[in-house]
Amino acid sequence: MPLLKVKGLKAYYRQTEALHGVDFELDEGSITTILGANGAGKTTTLRAISRMVRTEGSITFQGEEITGLASEKIPRLGIAHVPEGRGTFVRQSVEENLELGAYTRKSKSDVADDVERVYAYFPRLKERMKQQAGTLSGGEQQMLAIGRALMLRPKLMLLDEPSFGLAPLITQEIYDIMARISKDEGASMLLVEQNANIALNLADHAYLLETGNVVMSGEASILRDDETVRRTYLGY
Amino acid sequence: MDLFLQLTLAGLAIGSIYACVALAVVMIYQATDHFNFAQGEMAMFSTFVAWALFQATGSIWLAFVLAVAASFIAGIIIERVIVKPVESAPVFNQIIVFIGLLMIFNNLAGWFWEHTTKTLPSLFPEDLGFETTLISPHNLGVIVFTLALLLVVFLFFKFTKVGLAMKAAAANPDSARLVGVSVGWMLALGWGLASAIGAVGGVLVAPIVFLEPNMMSGVLLYGFAGALFGGVNSPGGAVAGGLIVGVLENWARQYVPGGSELGLTFALVLIVGVLMFKPAGLFGRVVVKRV
Amino acid sequence: MIRPNALTSKLVLSFGALVVLGCIVPLVVEDYDSYQITVAFSYGIAILGLNILTGYNGQFSIGHSAFFAIGAYTAAIMISHFGWHPYATLPFVAIAAFMVGFLFGFPALRLEGLYLALATFALAVATPQILKVDALEEWTGGVQGLFFDKPDAFLGFSIDQSLYYVTWIVFVVLMALTWALLHSRSGRAIMAIRDNPIAASTMGINTALYKTTTFGISAMFAGLGGAFFAFANAFVSPDTFNFFIAVYLLVGSVVGGIVSIPGALLGGLFYVFGQEYAEEVSNLSELIPPPWVTFGIFLILMMYFAPFGIWGLIERGMARLKRASSS
Repeated sequence: MPLLKVKGLKAYYRQTEALHGVDFELDEGSITTILGANGAGKTTTLRAISRMVRTEGSITFQGEEITGLASEKIPRLGIAHVPEGRGTFVRQSVEENLELGAYTRKSKSDVADDVERVYAYFPRLKERMKQQAGTLSGGEQQMLAIGRALMLRPKLMLLDEPSFGLAPLITQEIYDIMARISKDEGASMLLVEQNANIALNLADHAYLLETGNVVMSGEASILRDDETVRRTYLGY
Repeated sequence: MDLFLQLTLAGLAIGSIYACVALAVVMIYQATDHFNFAQGEMAMFSTFVAWALFQATGSIWLAFVLAVAASFIAGIIIERVIVKPVESAPVFNQIIVFIGLLMIFNNLAGWFWEHTTKTLPSLFPEDLGFETTLISPHNLGVIVFTLALLLVVFLFFKFTKVGLAMKAAAANPDSARLVGVSVGWMLALGWGLASAIGAVGGVLVAPIVFLEPNMMSGVLLYGFAGALFGGVNSPGGAVAGGLIVGVLENWARQYVPGGSELGLTFALVLIVGVLMFKPAGLFGRVVVKRV
Repeated sequence: MIRPNALTSKLVLSFGALVVLGCIVPLVVEDYDSYQITVAFSYGIAILGLNILTGYNGQFSIGHSAFFAIGAYTAAIMISHFGWHPYATLPFVAIAAFMVGFLFGFPALRLEGLYLALATFALAVATPQILKVDALEEWTGGVQGLFFDKPDAFLGFSIDQSLYYVTWIVFVVLMALTWALLHSRSGRAIMAIRDNPIAASTMGINTALYKTTTFGISAMFAGLGGAFFAFANAFVSPDTFNFFIAVYLLVGSVVGGIVSIPGALLGGLFYVFGQEYAEEVSNLSELIPPPWVTFGIFLILMMYFAPFGIWGLIERGMARLKRASSS
């Protein structure tokens, strides 16, 4: 049984239909990426899973339908969303941001352990522990956003364009850490990206969205190596 | 010199009450981006409830605690039932809802308890154990109690999980939802706390200005002035602002010719002045809105 | 609704009919009713000003009682202390109120929505106190206020009927002028500023000038309303013009329909007769709360279900009928 299964998903902003019946699945332990140009509906897909937009269709997580739930219930299922633009709590400190990530957790000692684990992945965050999160650089805020998601001990991480606005070197650094996280934490990842190259290097499977529809899917390695696909859809 | 000290201390006492109101205003503003214009009337109503409970039980402290608790619950209910339907509506609609609440509470109090002035005894004993002409027992009690209250509120926001969640929900509701915070209930909690704090302010001020339905409108204005002056984005600033306004008002009353009649005008000038020249207030930070 | 209705023969005929109807009313009702309707008109004029400012220009004011008071007191002082004929004071009332409003418009430029509401709230709360100040007592009459005679009767009508006609004429003229203003280029600028201030200024509209002028015009209307209110009651006193008057104006505006011209008339009538009716109802039984509790509830419910007021509902109803008949 796939960890996440989306079937016939339509999503709406007011009266506008942004997704026109999208189907995809994600297996446990895998990294799946959703690619596409601006406005294709990638962010909308993640927001649909987090119940932040009005939808029709089915989304099941671990076999249970989640479309009836309110957004604040979703983290309790073990789904952590790293949103577009990082969603940092800018006035709170780095430490407080991580604490907020663990809001739904009960055990204080476990939370403390997890904070240390996050610092192990992102030493830069440890250096800036007490600093106001809004003063961090773009790359550091992205690390903080991922760290905050990790505090949930998520079964599934939703990542919205982690490379956005970041220089290539720091993007690579973050992606390397993401690869490690995937292996060590056993967290499955649904990764939305515009930077198809770096996403396809990390992911196992890929889906291609074009104006609200899935136009292609397959093994990431195959899509990456297929020149026609790259040129037609991915622009390189 | 004695007179000056007396005035300053009395100013700090009334200023503490303004600080309570200012804090209630700021709490709701920070959580919801609204100014609750009905805050004063709600506090007045709570004070009447305290009076009624005092009549029934004979114990001012018991009446006080029950009234504050009831206000807390009422604040939560009002937010969930009355404010929530307009939470995404235009600002104007929200303002009208608050004005509606203002009218309801003001007239409800008049209906239940008539428009005669009532006396509410002080929470604090007449006998302080020492003699002083510098400050009345009630005023001293007000200052100490308010400081203690503000300390508790400060600790709540700085060190508790819920306090952090409330701040997060106010600052970035979307991200707050993504970490599992029930943003709606945090708003309601903010209203509950603000209503409770307003009730405290009402019970503290009633022995000074006497209890009647229009008791709080001036106090609310001073509370707003204090909140803006200190910085509407900064709870600590709002409190400082309230204290400063209280002291300034007392000084003006004595030392400025015609000052005793112009307290509200002074508050008006202060409000408009702050909004024009330093909208972030003394201690606040300006939040820049992107186009 | 968001924009005033276009000039059609239907509009002109309806308006004409309204004017005629208004002229017939005092001939068929008691003097006391004429007085009450005159008060309703005076509120209506002030509400029209509020509609222009908030409904069409997007600037909030929960303190219009201040301008209402300025108009009332300007007229009262000129009548009591200088012996002017009431109607002769009107141009001065208009100018005085316009200037105060225009000047208040400057600090208002820097204030957005909620903050402007707060500043106007402060203005309204402080107004009675300012009016009671010792230094001005010689002019304002202090706490007692000023008494004077109602304007003389003319043409064989009673005093109340005469005042009614003058107030009605002024009101309809102001309604027509408002309509003309909103249909002009200036009117479009005013509404553009409401809808998207930044876009408006990038299009070359001098938003500062328009906003302060609109504030002035709005205050002028409120001042004129205040003057007629003073004439009808033949006296002014500071505590009459407290914050609650600002609330009443707001309520009338919202109930009538804040983005409308006829709504102002509806609002004024609602204020006077709705209140009277509600008082009668609440006197029926101990169990029924006083009018303003019901009004407060009504106000809140209107925000949930009919934010454009009664006139808004009427227009929605008319639009539905039109769609049904054309399909």
